[in-house]
Amino acid sequence: MDKFTVLSAVAAALPEANIDTDKIIPARFLKTTQRTGLGKHAFDSMRYRPDGSENPDFVLNQVPWRKAEILITHENLGCGSSREHAPWALLDFGIRCVIAPSFADIFFNNCFKNGILPVCLPRDVCDALMGDAAMGSNARLTVDLPRQVVIRPDGEEVPFEIDPFRKHMLLEGLDDIGQTLQHEGEIKTFESQVAQERPWMPAISID
Amino acid sequence: MAPRTLFDKIWDHHVVETLPDGTSILYIDRHLVHEVTSPQAFEGLRLAGRRLRHPEMTVAVVDHNVPTSDRSQPIEEPESRNQIETLERNVKEFGVPYFPLLSANQGIVHVVGPEQGISLPGMTIVCGDSHTSTHGAMGALAFGIGTSEVEHVMATQTILQRPAKNMRVTVEGTPGAGVSAKDIMLAIIGHVGTAGGTGHVMEFAGSAIRGLDMAGRMTLCNMSIEAGARAGLVAPDDTTFDYVKGRPFAPKGDDFDKAVAYWRTLSTDEGAHFDKEVTLRAEDIAPSLTWGTSPETVLAITDTVPDPALEQDEAKRAQMVRMLDYMGLDAGQKIAGTPVDVVFIGSCTNSRIEDLRAAAHIAAGRKVAEGVRAMIVPGSGLVKRQAEEEGLDKIFLDAGFEWREAGCSMCLGMNPDRLTPGQRCASTSNRNFEGRQGPGGRTHLLSPAMAAAAAVTGCLTDVRELA
Repeated sequence: MDKFTVLSAVAAALPEANIDTDKIIPARFLKTTQRTGLGKHAFDSMRYRPDGSENPDFVLNQVPWRKAEILITHENLGCGSSREHAPWALLDFGIRCVIAPSFADIFFNNCFKNGILPVCLPRDVCDALMGDAAMGSNARLTVDLPRQVVIRPDGEEVPFEIDPFRKHMLLEGLDDIGQTLQHEGEIKTFESQVAQERPWMPAISID
Repeated sequence: MAPRTLFDKIWDHHVVETLPDGTSILYIDRHLVHEVTSPQAFEGLRLAGRRLRHPEMTVAVVDHNVPTSDRSQPIEEPESRNQIETLERNVKEFGVPYFPLLSANQGIVHVVGPEQGISLPGMTIVCGDSHTSTHGAMGALAFGIGTSEVEHVMATQTILQRPAKNMRVTVEGTPGAGVSAKDIMLAIIGHVGTAGGTGHVMEFAGSAIRGLDMAGRMTLCNMSIEAGARAGLVAPDDTTFDYVKGRPFAPKGDDFDKAVAYWRTLSTDEGAHFDKEVTLRAEDIAPSLTWGTSPETVLAITDTVPDPALEQDEAKRAQMVRMLDYMGLDAGQKIAGTPVDVVFIGSCTNSRIEDLRAAAHIAAGRKVAEGVRAMIVPGSGLVKRQAEEEGLDKIFLDAGFEWREAGCSMCLGMNPDRLTPGQRCASTSNRNFEGRQGPGGRTHLLSPAMAAAAAVTGCLTDVRELA
C-alpha cells in the first residue's frame, strides 16, 4: 500500500448526499478477480451516456478534474454495499483523498485499507472547499496528514480529526495483518480460553 | 458490573486485546465467504505466504453470480464462470468447507448460515457482504467487511475494530393486517434515515419484535445496514433456540443445553445505556414501499408521492427532483395504481419459506397480470425443496410466476436476471439505488405479500384489498 503524507492536488466536487457504492462502482463490474483496473468504470452511470460515450456534463470528464486526486461530496458518502471495489475504483481513477461531512462505516474503513484518506469536515466547510474546487487548476487543495490540516488556496488551514492508529498506518503505508500477527500470543491465549468456556462451539466440516 | 447491552456483552466476550489507542483485536467465530469479495483476499494470502488460520470456522458458498435458470448447463457468462471457478480452486487449496453450486444446500450466504446452524447466538460473524447484518437476528454480532478485512480474518481469525455505539429501536404493539417485518423495517428506515444508525449497532426490541418469527427478525436485521447501522441485533429467546435446535451444524444433545444456558445470558441488562433510542408503534405502520432511489424514501401504500417544492433544503430538493425523474413518477400522484413491469420475490431480505408462503397466500387462485414478468427466487436449495413439498411451486406456476433456482439474482443483477432501462419492478430486495437491478431499472422495495399483489394486479397495490 502506498504511503499517504502530503497531497497537493486538484479537487472535484460532487455536491450530492448518499452517494452509494453501487453508484461508485455498479455490481456488473464486480466480476474481476483483481484489485486494479476498475478506474474506467468509476461512477459509470454518471460518467457515461447509454451509448457508452462520455457525458461531458459530469465533472470527472472535464479538464482539469479528469485528473482530480481529491473528491468532495455531501453527507453519508459510500453507503450501501461493503464492496471494496468502490475504493479500488476511486484509487484506480487516481483519487487519494475523499472529503465529506459524514461517511458510511464500511466504506470509511475500506478507504484506509487502500491508502485513501477519508476526511470528515462540517457541511459548510465542505461547501467552501467545493467552491475552491470549482476553480480547478488555479485552486489546488493541500491535504497535510502529518499536521492534520486541509490547506485552502488562500492559505487558510482547516484542521481535521483522525484516529492515531489509522494515521500511523497511512503515514507508513502499513498492512494491518502484519501488525495483528505480532499479537499471536494473545490470540492463542484467547483461543484456549474460549475452548474451555464455550466447548460446545461446533467446528464445521463438509464432506 | 455496570448494566450492559446485548452488544456490549458479545463484544466483551470477543475482545482478544485492546490496543493503547482504543482499537480492539476482536475474535471472529464464523467467516462466511462468497465468490465476489474473496478472490483478492485469497490471492493476498498466497502472495504473502500466509495460511488460512481456521478453515473449520469458515464456510464458502456461491450466490451472487449464479444463474437461477437451468443448472445442468455450464455458466455462459465467462467472467461469472471465472469467479466461481476461482472460488472453487481457492476453497480446495485452503481447505474451506464449501457448498457447491449443485448442492441442495447451496443458496444465498445469509439464508444458508442460519438455516444450516452455522450462525449461532452470541457469535461474532463476518462476511465480505454488507447484508451480513442479517445474522444479527440470531442474537449474533454480525457485520459486513471489505476484502482487505476478509484477508485479515483469514490470516488472523480477528478483526481490528473500535466498539460501536448502542442504539435501540423499540416497536411496541400488534401489527395490523397486511403488515410484515418488511413493512416494519421500511417504516424504521423511513423514520431514522439511511444514516440514522451510522456508527451504531441497532438492537430491535419491544413486543412487536418479540412476536416475529426468525425469518421476520432476519428481514429486520438484514436491512439495518440500509439505516446505516454497523449491525442489527435481536436478543435470542425461545423462538431462537427452537429455530436452532436440530440444524445440521448446531450443537447437539448435552452441548445444546450448555449452549442454551449461555445464550440465555445474552440480553440487555435493565438500565443499560443506549446512545440513541427510537420508538415506534406497530399500529401506526401500514403496508409500505419506497418511491425513490434511496431506501429512506418510504411511503404507506395509501400515500401520494411527495412534492419537492415543499422541501426547504436546496440540495435535498434537487435530489428529490432527480429521483422523481429517474423513477418516472410525478409529485402528488397516488403511489397505488402505478403499473409495474417486473415482480421480483427473492434476495437475502425476503426469500425464506415464510416469505414464499406469504406471497403464495396472495397468488393462490389468481393470475399474474398480462405483460408482467414475475419471478420467485428461493433463498436456498433447501427453501426451494420445502416450498415444493408444501405445493407452493404449483401455486406460483399455476398463477404464471417463474419458479427459479436459488441465488442473489435480480437483487443486484450480477447474473443474467436484470431489469432493462425504464422497467419498473416491485421487489422484495433491500436496495433501490439507481441501476441496482440493472442500468435504468426502477425499483420499489416492498414485502413479499405486496410484491405478489403487484404481480396479480399489474400495479402497486394495497395488499389488504386482496386478502
